[in-house]
Amino acid sequence: MAKVTAMDVYKLLPQTNCGDCGEASCMAFATKLSEKKADLILCTELDDKSFKKLDNLLVPAVKEILIGKDDKAKIIGGDEVLYRYEESYYNQTLFAIDLPDDLEESEFNERIKTIENIEFERTGELLKLDAIALRNKSEDPSKFAEAAKKLKSSKYPVFLVTLDPIAMQKALEVIGGDRSLMYAATKDNLFEMAELAKEYDCPLTVFSPGDIEKMKDLVFTLRSNGIDDIVLDPGTLTGEAIGDTLDNFVMSRRLAIEDKDEDFRFPLLGVPALVRLNNEDDEVKNGTMEATIASTLMNKYADVLILKGTDIWELIPILTLRQSLYTDPRKPQAVDPGIYEFGDVNENSPVLLTTNFALTYYTVEGDLKSGNASTYLLVLDTIGKAVDVAIAGGQFDGKAVADLVKKCGIEDKVKTRKMIIPGLAAPLSGEIEDETGWDVMVGPRDSSAVPDFIDEKF
Amino acid sequence: GDFKPPIKEYPSKIAQVQLGDGSRKPVFLGGQNSLYRFEEPQPNPPVVTFDVFDIPMPGLPRPIREHFSDVMESPGEWAKKAVKDYGANLVTMHLIGTGPKVMDKSPREGAQAVEEVLQAVDVPLVIGASGDPIKDPPVLEAAAETAEGERCLLASANMDLDYHRLAKAAVDYDHAVLSWAITDVNMQKSLNKYLMKDGLKQEDIVMDPTTCALGYGIEFSIDVITRTRLGGLKGDPDLQMPMSSGTTNAWGSREAWMKKEEWGPTDYRGPLWEIFTGLTLMLNGVDIFMMLHPDSVRILREIGETFTK
Ligand code: B12
Ligand code: SF4
Repeated sequence: MAKVTAMDVYKLLPQTNCGDCGEASCMAFATKLSEKKADLILCTELDDKSFKKLDNLLVPAVKEILIGKDDKAKIIGGDEVLYRYEESYYNQTLFAIDLPDDLEESEFNERIKTIENIEFERTGELLKLDAIALRNKSEDPSKFAEAAKKLKSSKYPVFLVTLDPIAMQKALEVIGGDRSLMYAATKDNLFEMAELAKEYDCPLTVFSPGDIEKMKDLVFTLRSNGIDDIVLDPGTLTGEAIGDTLDNFVMSRRLAIEDKDEDFRFPLLGVPALVRLNNEDDEVKNGTMEATIASTLMNKYADVLILKGTDIWELIPILTLRQSLYTDPRKPQAVDPGIYEFGDVNENSPVLLTTNFALTYYTVEGDLKSGNASTYLLVLDTIGKAVDVAIAGGQFDGKAVADLVKKCGIEDKVKTRKMIIPGLAAPLSGEIEDETGWDVMVGPRDSSAVPDFIDEKF
Repeated sequence: GDFKPPIKEYPSKIAQVQLGDGSRKPVFLGGQNSLYRFEEPQPNPPVVTFDVFDIPMPGLPRPIREHFSDVMESPGEWAKKAVKDYGANLVTMHLIGTGPKVMDKSPREGAQAVEEVLQAVDVPLVIGASGDPIKDPPVLEAAAETAEGERCLLASANMDLDYHRLAKAAVDYDHAVLSWAITDVNMQKSLNKYLMKDGLKQEDIVMDPTTCALGYGIEFSIDVITRTRLGGLKGDPDLQMPMSSGTTNAWGSREAWMKKEEWGPTDYRGPLWEIFTGLTLMLNGVDIFMMLHPDSVRILREIGETFTK
């Protein structure tokens, strides 16, 4: 089925152009709805029946599922396309970290702290983990419930990982549901888990390792029993079988998006942590393999991943890949052009020049901050292009720099007329001098060397 | 309803390119008639080619340097180590030393380095120049002549240099050409068209849609590669060639090489950066990967085989 167009939506709207929704016309509102930029309830003229019809039409191919409650809540799913160039992927992949319930108290608390504190800053964004996957490793229901109780106060939503309905019930009881993600229903415990999911209003994972035909069956049964908050785990088979895993993820997502198969229209979950179980390899090999599997599944449609590793060298690439995959392909990643100040600036402070590509700007910003530099930074509008990309593309030249210098008011802030340009912009130094009347100093190629460069030259 | 695997029909096929002939064991790229193996068996696994340089490459990050420091003075030994110790499917001979701003070695000297590597190993060769638009054509011509009949991949033709000379060298001495456009499908199509006008066939061309590394624009590469492969399978004759990735670009990213306590050891995150960059592009359609670190090479090759077996 093709994507929903503004016209499809318009046909079901009242077409009175009353303007109550805040748009000039029903067609304008339809356009916003089809682009997910408006909420259907804003239209005041809809009767129940049309509302339901439209609501149904606007449900994304992959249904959105809420995990966690209140300020811990996270949404997964929502994708409409198989390829990100067509539109964009919605709702980032959620990363949960495995937490066994049999750890010593202090180790247990330590691990929670570690999970909650992991962060990595990139292009102005703080990248973090999302959830804690509590695993009933002890196989003791009371121990599981006890551990779950401690997680009530954690910062992140909880996954309850046990195939034993008794343990699941005990844990749900103490945690009060809280929209914890239940993991998992299988062919053997389906009905018990379904009952619990209903009773506690929690999303339920269906686990059918290596058999998506069976998975479809199970999901169908759940749906027939009125359960709609479902997450799919087709099994993360590792080693030689990772190819099968990839196939199962791709098939599941294709069936959801291209065939709108109701039994597959749910978020997908993978468990790269399995690489580490029953594996004699050392920590580094295991971490490398776990990350490799995570990157495979993230690329091909995983909405949730359960990981075990908490080493930052393993998580940085994983967090970075997620950030990249979920950028909107239609928008440049840019910051506002103009003057930025770092440290204590005065009329003699150095003036640096860079571009407004987010990656470039934040890299330079990070370097200036960690080097404690006091300086002005002029940010040129290159429509979000890196230094040499903008030079090659013609957005970064002497004239553009002169315009920026005139307009931003830097000439009122400093007495000096000397500007440090990126090393990669060296070929432009002459034309920048001619156009601006400033002196140009060619800086290092990499901005990490800028603080030292300033110390030496100023 | 009943379960039916979602298998699609694609009207066209990606051309199969042979690298290696004469005294080399051949390796085949491309040849797919579908995106995934569950739709149709995949004819060839993705392959990795190890980067080797004609000069000791002072800029290489330490995690790589420490594996090759004993052989960096000799391209032949370097290539041998890549093949024997690290299981390279192919070797890429980068003639960086021919760069006017590097050591300005003559095309003849470049060809000698190629000859040395041809003698040292029996895997197919990719031959790269220094990236100088004026110097590259004569360097690659000399290398092509030296390697006549061995069916190498000449890297690379692009819009900024006299690609007619590259095409002619490939036709005259029976090699394939890497056709490089910078993340731009239309530019890629034009260049391929021109190369085919100059006498190359689809079977003689590999495309390089440009590898932007993880965190450095990898999403641009993903989008272009996806569109290119889908375009080829849907019937665009100018896009029906296998694709290559300069995965080594990953080592230019700070997160790969920069020493920083709070990011953990570069020994681990460096190889992962290269794996992530290559693997992501593999999952979107790339067939051959130019890489540097032995662990990254091994992992990418192994996982690539499981995706196509
Ligand atoms: C991603 C990418 C793209 C993306 C754009 C991403 C973007 N938003 O900018 C796309 C695909 C769109 C693209 C397009 C083009 N690209 Co391009 N691209 C790249 C790539 C792979 C990475 C660029 C990047 O993100 N760098 C990371 C950022 C952080 O680096 P940076 O901005 O330079 O900042 C660093 C330094 O400059 C310095 N620094 C920054 N500010 C300051 C300030 C001071 C004071 C100092 C001292 C230092 C400093 O520190 C920073 C951190 O290290 C490079 C190759 C490469 N690996 O570098 C090619 C590259 C830059 N592109 C190139 C080209 C030719 C183009 C095109 C012209 C191709 C074409 N013919 O259409 C177009 C131009 C598009 C346009 N402007 O209209 C060439 C440029 C060649 C040259 N130097 O002349 C490159 C080098 C590839 C190549 N080898 O040929 N590109
Ligand atoms: S509120 Fe409803 S009927 Fe009124 S203009 Fe908006 S969409 Fe049309």
